[in-house]
Amino acid sequence: MIPNDSPTSQARPGTPVAVAPIEPQAGNVWPIWEVFVRSSRGLSHVHAGSLHAPDAAMALRNARDLYTRRNEGVSIWVVPAEAIASSDPDAKGSFFESPQGKDYRHATYYTKSEGVKHL
Amino acid sequence: MSTTPETDTHSEETTGHGDISVGVAGAAGDSGASATRITPGNALRPEDIALAVSRGTAKPSEDVAEFALRLGDDALILAQRLGHWISRAPELEEDVALGNIALDELGHARSLLSYAGGLDGRSEDDLAYLRREHEFRSAALFEQPNGDFAVTIARQFVVSYYQFELYRRLASSTDSTLAGIAAKAVKEVDYHRDHSSQWVLRLALGTDESRKRMIHAFKVIWPYVDELFRDDELTGRLSEAGAAPQPSSLREDFDRLTGEVLAEAELEVPNVQPTPGGGRRGLHSEHLGYILAEMQVLAREYPGASW
Repeated sequence: MIPNDSPTSQARPGTPVAVAPIEPQAGNVWPIWEVFVRSSRGLSHVHAGSLHAPDAAMALRNARDLYTRRNEGVSIWVVPAEAIASSDPDAKGSFFESPQGKDYRHATYYTKSEGVKHL
Repeated sequence: MSTTPETDTHSEETTGHGDISVGVAGAAGDSGASATRITPGNALRPEDIALAVSRGTAKPSEDVAEFALRLGDDALILAQRLGHWISRAPELEEDVALGNIALDELGHARSLLSYAGGLDGRSEDDLAYLRREHEFRSAALFEQPNGDFAVTIARQFVVSYYQFELYRRLASSTDSTLAGIAAKAVKEVDYHRDHSSQWVLRLALGTDESRKRMIHAFKVIWPYVDELFRDDELTGRLSEAGAAPQPSSLREDFDRLTGEVLAEAELEVPNVQPTPGGGRRGLHSEHLGYILAEMQVLAREYPGASW
C-alpha cells in the first residue's frame, strides 16, 4: 500500500507511461492496483487509494479489507496502476492555468436574452 | 459542489474516537459523500449482549452456556493465533486481511463469552483472562501453530467452512441470543471462506514450491478436522431442544464444499489418522498453555488493570 496522494505513474501527454516501478521485480513483488470505492448513496466511484495484489480477484478482496472496513462502500473497482496515465505535475502551468480568466466559458458570463423563459 | 461535506468528513475522521453515530446523522442529507466516510452500521455488538445479560433480559441455560463457551473459545484462540501474523504476512495487504479475520473471530468470541458468562455473572474478560487451561473448551485445531503461510491458510480453510455450516444452522436456534450472534457471524465467516479458498487455489496451482507447501499444510492440519464433527451428550441435548445442530450433521456439507475447492486446486483430501481430541472436555495439546500464558499475562500480573 502506498499513500493516497502519491502518483503511481506520470507521463507527459503523448509519452509512454513509466512502467519501471510497477513491473514485478525478481518475480517476487506484487503489482500495484488503484482502488475506487462507491459509497451507498448512488454516487460515482471515488479514488480511495492503492494497494498490492497478485491479481485482480485478490486486489478486489484486499481493497475490501483495506478501504471498506468502516462501511464506506457498496461497490469497488480496481485498476492496474500501470493502466492509468496521469498528467505531469511539472506541466501544471501549461495544463491547468490556461482556463483562468476565460470567464466566457462559464454560463454566468452571458446575459439572458429578452423573452427567454425557463433560465 | 459545495465544499461543506468535505469539511464534515474531515472532522468525522479526526474526531473518530468520539461519537461515531455522527457519521450516520451527517450522512442522511448530504450528497457530497467521500469514499472514506465512516458509518458504524447497526449490527448486534458484544456490548449489546453484555448489556442484555447484565439486565437479565438474556440468560443462557446451563447447556447453552457450555456450548457458547466452546464456540467462544474456538474463536478466541484462533484470533490470538491469527493476530501473530500482523507484520509477518507476505505483504502488508495480507497482514490486514488476516488481521480483519482475527478481529471478526475476536468479535464472535466476545459475544459468545459475554453470553456464556451470563450463567454465573462472569464477564467476557473473566472468562478469557482468568480461566486455566483445563477450563478452556476449544478444539485442538484452533490452537495449532501458524506454521508457514500455507499451514495458516489450511487451518483457516477448515475453520471457515466448519464455522459457516455451524453458524448457518445456529441462526435458527431456539435460543434467540445464540441465533442473533450466529446470524451476524455467518456473513463474516462466509468471507473467510472466500479468502482461504482463494489462497488454497493460488498456492496449490502456483509454483512447485507453493504447491508442495499447500499439500504439506493439509497433511498437518487434516488430523484435527474430525474432532470438530463429533457429537457428545451436550450437543445431543441441545439438538433435541432445537438450540444447536449436532456437529456430525455439518459433516456432509463440509465435505462437499471443501471437496469442490480441493478438486479445483487439484488436491486430494489427505488420508490421515484423526487425533483423539478432547478439547471440548478441557484436554488440550501442548500449545494452548503457551497461548494462554501470553494472552493472560497482563491481566494476571495487574488484576483489574485498565487503560
